[in-house]
Amino acid sequence: MAGITKSEFKNPLINWIDTRLPVFTMMQKEYGTFPTPKNFNYFWNFGALAMVNLMIMIITGIFLAMNYQPNTTLAFDSVQHIMRDVNYGWLLRYVHQNGASMFFIITYIHILRGMYYGSYKYPRELLWMIGVVILLIMMATAFMGYVLPWGQMSYWGATVITNLFSAFPIVGHPIVTWLWGGFSVDNPTLNRFFSLHYLLPFVLVGVVFLHVAALHITGSNNPLGIEVKGPQDTVPFHPYYTTKDSVGVCVYLMVFALLVFFWPNLLGDPNNFIPANPLQTPADIVPEWYFLPFYAILRSVPNKLGGVCMMFGSILVLFVLPWLDTSPVRSARFRPIFRQVIWLWVAAVVGLGVCGANKPEGIWVVLSRIFTLYYYFHFLVLLPVLGKLERPLPLPESISRPVIGGGPMPAGAAAKPMEKA
Amino acid sequence: MRAFKGVLAAALLSAVAMTTPVFAQDEAPTPPKQTWSFDGVFGGLDLAAAQRGFQVYSEVCSNCHSMTLLHYRDLAGIGLTDEQIKAVAAAVTVPLGVDDQGNPKTGPATPASQFRSPFANEQAARAAMNGALPPDLSLIVNAREGHADYVYAILTGFTAAPAAFKMSNGMNYDTYFPGHQIAMPQPLQDGQVTFADGSPNRIENEAHDVVTFLYWAANPEAVQRKQIGVRVVLFLIFMSGITYAVKRKVWADVH
Repeated sequence: MAGITKSEFKNPLINWIDTRLPVFTMMQKEYGTFPTPKNFNYFWNFGALAMVNLMIMIITGIFLAMNYQPNTTLAFDSVQHIMRDVNYGWLLRYVHQNGASMFFIITYIHILRGMYYGSYKYPRELLWMIGVVILLIMMATAFMGYVLPWGQMSYWGATVITNLFSAFPIVGHPIVTWLWGGFSVDNPTLNRFFSLHYLLPFVLVGVVFLHVAALHITGSNNPLGIEVKGPQDTVPFHPYYTTKDSVGVCVYLMVFALLVFFWPNLLGDPNNFIPANPLQTPADIVPEWYFLPFYAILRSVPNKLGGVCMMFGSILVLFVLPWLDTSPVRSARFRPIFRQVIWLWVAAVVGLGVCGANKPEGIWVVLSRIFTLYYYFHFLVLLPVLGKLERPLPLPESISRPVIGGGPMPAGAAAKPMEKA
Repeated sequence: MRAFKGVLAAALLSAVAMTTPVFAQDEAPTPPKQTWSFDGVFGGLDLAAAQRGFQVYSEVCSNCHSMTLLHYRDLAGIGLTDEQIKAVAAAVTVPLGVDDQGNPKTGPATPASQFRSPFANEQAARAAMNGALPPDLSLIVNAREGHADYVYAILTGFTAAPAAFKMSNGMNYDTYFPGHQIAMPQPLQDGQVTFADGSPNRIENEAHDVVTFLYWAANPEAVQRKQIGVRVVLFLIFMSGITYAVKRKVWADVH
């Protein structure tokens, strides 16, 4: 393995560094010439968008932490101090707060894209599983971040969610006491949540690195779900996908800006503008919108332990999705039944979100039970059976010849994209 | 396929529609929509109304409600000059820590002082208020569903309780308060505050002005935020166009 690199770079300084530490060669290989399927649609933007979002969160978060006080008597006012007295503190804070929502919008679309086009199937199972780890770390980070402003919903959300662990027999209550660092959500809880909220994003960076590394081993999936057959099916990442991702980044920033500058509290809860009060429970304890479907699953089960298991199970089931889906065909385009039922599953998740936002009474209990059952039915029954019963449409020969029996391949740049680079 | 997309679209639409009632106040009608200077993307702030609202707060609300997140210097945000701010602050007596003998001392506020709180602490407030705690008003517009419309509705919603309605001792009936029983007696009356600029001072005017002030107090950055936002969005529309053109040019020979 050891040995210096023969660097191709002309600039003497870059060449000198690259010879000894070939980071420039690596970047050129992974993000410059990296052969990428040429038929991506705009849904393939969302991985890059998530990366951009993570960077925005880390940068704004570092500056917020310089002005925030992780102490129950100071936290609420210190956030308002940021909003009022720190130069452009309101911008940092609203970008960070709405950035969490944007992060989940982006990530959920990214996950749905993977499910629709079968990106989790051989040989990308581990890539997918690392992605599920990323989702779990994101959720933990978002949850702890929401506690930091120490408003009413911060406090009571933290109380409800940490109390879930008390459902486990014998070890439950000791675990909750251990999480709290005491006998209720209090200063030790806030301190450790702040510490972990600062730590986990950097863990996330590491796991994202693994996610991207695994992606660059297997190569990307594509909307046809068939393997790349040769150079005629790919284009170099730069400039083709750097420009295409840039379009996505601009549109993403526009949506983000609309939220931050015009509706910064649209997705928040008014109760969190009231300082935390352990003696007064809000009328409804509602989590942030991105947790609502899971909250609905939790409440759909009459038994507390059962609800907790069903809730965690709804994400853990994603780990085994590559083996639950028995169909060898990746893309939903060629799976006439799957491409319809996947939308039923999406409808069930959206329905669960609505149920989670409403009080668990009357019709909402019934609906959340139906949707929860369908959520699991989709993964545990439908996908395994469908792979055996469904007759997929004929797959194209290659990305360059998407139409079966199509005419000769057009002579042109597609075969030699490198000339452009 | 199309049918399923229809199902999904319907689900998404109804999702948006059905999440709303959760947040509606129990047992109280939805506050009617008012017209505000700060409405919408291009909305600014009616500074004269906010200044009149500050007068309403000073003369009426501040007898019971604190606004601890505000300092007198912040009043520059509703258009007061440095001299005016100094004069406003100097007219107020606030605690100034302790003197050389360790005794608490008081004196005139400075622009850097926090708004004076009517009570020393929560216990003092409850003792004076029949057990009720007047909430701090710094963030009240953001801290209630319905926001400015809700606060306006509360201030103008006092009325005699319906005959069948059983009131607790010392409580007041408000149409828009959840449960209708509010500890606060009707704070504003027609003609209660006399404005220097001769603006009308019926209860609706006073409420409208003080809510404009309270909106500013909760969102002092709003005017600047929206101004920057318009420029940012225009820039991003421009950048999206350019970037898309570049992308089209780069990809021209691939398809």
